[in-house]
Parts: sequence; structure tokens; C-alpha cells
Amino acid sequence: MAAKPPEIPNIAEIMAKIKSGAIFGEIAKMITESQVWTSSFRHGYADTPRNRVLQIASNVWLHLHPVKMHRHALRIKFTWCMGGITFLLFLSTVVTGVILMFYYRPVGEYAYFDMKYLQYDVPFGMLMRNMHRWAAHAMVITVWLHMFRVFLTGSYKPPREFNWVIGVFLVTFTLLLSFTGYLLPWDQLAMWAVTVGTNMARATPFLGHEGPFQEFVFGVSPRYDARSVLIGGSIVGPPALLRFYVLHCIFIPLVAGALMIVHFWRIRKDGGISGPL
Amino acid sequence: MAEAPAPRKKVEVNVEKVHVWPYLVRIEFLCAIITILLLAVWSITIDAPLEEAANPTKTPNPSKAPWYFLGLQDILVYFDPWFAGVVAPVLIIVGLMLIPYLDINPKGNGYYTYVERKFAIWVYSFGFLVLWIALIIMGVFLRGPGWNLFMPWQFWDPHKVVALVSVDLPYAFGIRSYDMANLFGAVVVLGYFAVGTAVYIFMERKAIKTVGITRMLIKINLVLIMVGIVVKIVLRLAFNIKYIWVTPWFNV
Repeated sequence: MAAKPPEIPNIAEIMAKIKSGAIFGEIAKMITESQVWTSSFRHGYADTPRNRVLQIASNVWLHLHPVKMHRHALRIKFTWCMGGITFLLFLSTVVTGVILMFYYRPVGEYAYFDMKYLQYDVPFGMLMRNMHRWAAHAMVITVWLHMFRVFLTGSYKPPREFNWVIGVFLVTFTLLLSFTGYLLPWDQLAMWAVTVGTNMARATPFLGHEGPFQEFVFGVSPRYDARSVLIGGSIVGPPALLRFYVLHCIFIPLVAGALMIVHFWRIRKDGGISGPL
Repeated sequence: MAEAPAPRKKVEVNVEKVHVWPYLVRIEFLCAIITILLLAVWSITIDAPLEEAANPTKTPNPSKAPWYFLGLQDILVYFDPWFAGVVAPVLIIVGLMLIPYLDINPKGNGYYTYVERKFAIWVYSFGFLVLWIALIIMGVFLRGPGWNLFMPWQFWDPHKVVALVSVDLPYAFGIRSYDMANLFGAVVVLGYFAVGTAVYIFMERKAIKTVGITRMLIKINLVLIMVGIVVKIVLRLAFNIKYIWVTPWFNV
């Protein structure tokens, strides 16, 4: 049998394929029909309405979504993606935070040196710390922007009033999470920022020892008032560190997490993401 | 009128409604990748600060709260801590929660509009952009030692001398007796709220039936408090007024 002459690729034909985009289809076909691919994946994905629905409805991670939505809500201009980014940043702080907890002890004698150890001796410790801190700062900004967007689009209006209230709680807890975490490095920046912040509680009406009308409440003193409940003493010391650690790592994330569940669930129950009626 | 773009594949039946898979999920996926990428680059290039170990005997000057609270710390210049540090934050949180129950304008639900809800947009934007964000920027960049104001090109001199020339409003009006000053302050502060409320209710008297008097009273007083904060800042900066109302228990 005479050898077939090798096919000479037609340059003009290939260029036309690249320009029209048909080349991608051909490459995809070449990959999905290869032996490696067909032996790994038993069948292809047929892009049918039924499969599109099942991708959402029968996937535990995606089933919080509706299976269908209004086209207008896809636009980045409408949502700015800010709610989703805030949640993603929260998840980033959870992951990096758990890693940091392996190395950090919330004790006056150890905390600062554990920070140094994390930064200089733990592999990727500095990176974990940076990601945790910057994600937390970014989350504060994105949650404000999310709230601003929700206000500008009037998305708090009926039937979504209650979800706005949940959202205000979540903004508050975002700030409290960030604030309680601010103390944990146990350096000058941390101690004095938290001193300035918690000093305000001295002036709580009735319940702070420097607040208006405190003289009418029995037992209010520098050691026992609204501020000492927060920091476990009359100055920001080791008891405050432990208290903020427990609030930061356990209490507030649990409460905020529970509220997030309600927040996301209510989006669905209130008719999905807002849009022109 | 331009024709609506045809769906890319003939899978969609209703053009107005689209499948979340793939149209939303792919945006979320892309958005997540970009966010994580930016966070990674930020974290690799800039280190989180760590100063010297905490020392309760060494107070830094200036001592600043975390940056997101600097708006509140800044109004400490104009108000006592019981207001700036406790009552104002509580009012902000409660006021925000009340928004859906106070703003019953049915228009502008689910889309951007300025003309259909000018007042609401103005109040929220002013509160957020000026009283919250602008004060934070000022607190972070312009407040130096002694919480004094420094321009970006000025040296943060810890020995900067600022003359204490502020006086209370009754004093500025020539009232020297303590009881009269107290009375004068009460009249001004309570009068501000009473007159403001009365004028608003009178101007909007036609709305009482539809909006409800309780809702209107809460709404106008929250707005009056917000405007009052601005008024007090202006009084201090322009007229060196310290307090308006001095009592044995609290000062406003």
C-alpha cells in the first residue's frame, strides 16, 4: 500500500478556525475523546434543563441557590457581588483562624511570643496571619458596601424588612468580631486600641462608673460596671485577653453563623434577590 | 428599541428567568477566584502590623481605636463619652434596624432610583459617606498626638499647643448664673427637638393618616439627632461652643 502523503496544514484554514473560535470546539473534542478522559469520566454532561436544575438541587453546597432566577439579578452592576464576597472573606478568616489557633495561646505571658513564633518560625505563619487580618479588614468594608447597595436598591422594603434587621445584626457582629480579634496580638497597638474602645463603656448611662445617673444604681464601681464585664477587670489585662479570645473564636462566630443561615434562608423565602416588581 | 439578546443556547424557555447553573454559579466562581487572588497578593506583599509587646505603663500618643470606630472616636471631640461612645452607637444600630419600618415609600423596591426616594437616599448617603466614612478618614489620617488636627504635610508635634477657647452656649449669651444657664440649655436642646418635630408634623400633616403619627415622630427625631450632631460640630468649629446644656448629671 502506498504511503499516504502527510497532510499539510492549511495555514489560512487554521487562522480562520482561530478567528471564528471553532478551534476551541475542536480542541475540546480532542481532549474529551481521548483515552485518558473517557476512562476517567464515565459519561458526559448533557446540557439539558433537567440537568441544570439537578446541578443545583442535588448538590448540598449549591442547593441554597434557587434553580432559576431573574436575569436582571445576574448583573454585577446590581449586586456589586458584595454579599457573596463578604461571606467568602468570612470563610477565609475561619480557615486561617483555625490554623492560627494551633499556635496561639491567649495567656498574658505567652500571647505576644506566640505571635513572634508564628511570624518567624511557623511555616507560612506570617502568610496565615496576614490573610486573616486583611480578610477581616476587607470584610468590614465589603459588608458596609453590601449594606449601602441594599439600601440604594431599596431591597429592605417589603417583604424583606426582617432580613434587613438580621443584616444590621450581622454588620454589628462583623465589627465586634474584628474588634475582639484586634486585642489578640497583645502588642501596644492591640492593647491601647481596645483600651480606647472599651473605655467608652465607663460612660454607659446607669451602668458605667463614669456614666450619667450611675449614682442611682447600687454597686457600680470601676471594678464592677459595664466595662469590667467586657474586660474582666478594671484595666485591659490578661483576663480581657482570655475573654476576647473566647468571644472572638467561639461565641461571636457561632452567633454570626446562625444569623447568616437565617439571612440566606430568608433571601429565598422572601422571593429571592430583590428586583423591580 | 433594541432587541433582547437571544439566549446563547436554546435551553432557556423563558428569557426573563435563567438557570442559576451555569449563569450565576459561574459568576460566583469567577468572583471567588478574583477575591482569593487579591487577598493572597495583598497578604504576600503587605505584612500585618505587630508593635512592641503590650505595656500598660506606656500609653501611646495618639491612642486610636481600630480604624472602623474612628468616626465615633472623632465625635468624642464634640460630645461626652456617654453619647459618642454608648448612646450614638446604640442609636445607629437601632436606627438602621428601624429603616424598613419607617420608610414606607413603596417606590424604589428592588432597583436603583434617586428621583423616587430622594429624601431616603440623602439621609442614608449623608450618614454613611459623611458622618461615618469621612470621619473615619479624618480620624485615621488627620488626627495626631493629643487628637489634634494635622494636615498630611504637617509634622505630628506632640507638644502642639491649642488654645482652649471654647465656652458653653449660655455663657456665650452672657448668662452667668448656674441655674439660669441650666434652664437656658434645657430650653435650647428640648426646644430644638420640639420645634423641629412640630414643624415637620405641621408641614406633613396630610401624611399623618397614611404614615401614622408614631412612625413620623420616631423618624423626625432620629433625623433631628443626626442633624444635631452636625449642628454641634459646626458650633464647635465655627463658634467655639463647648456644651449647649450643662446639668449635674450629663452635658450635651
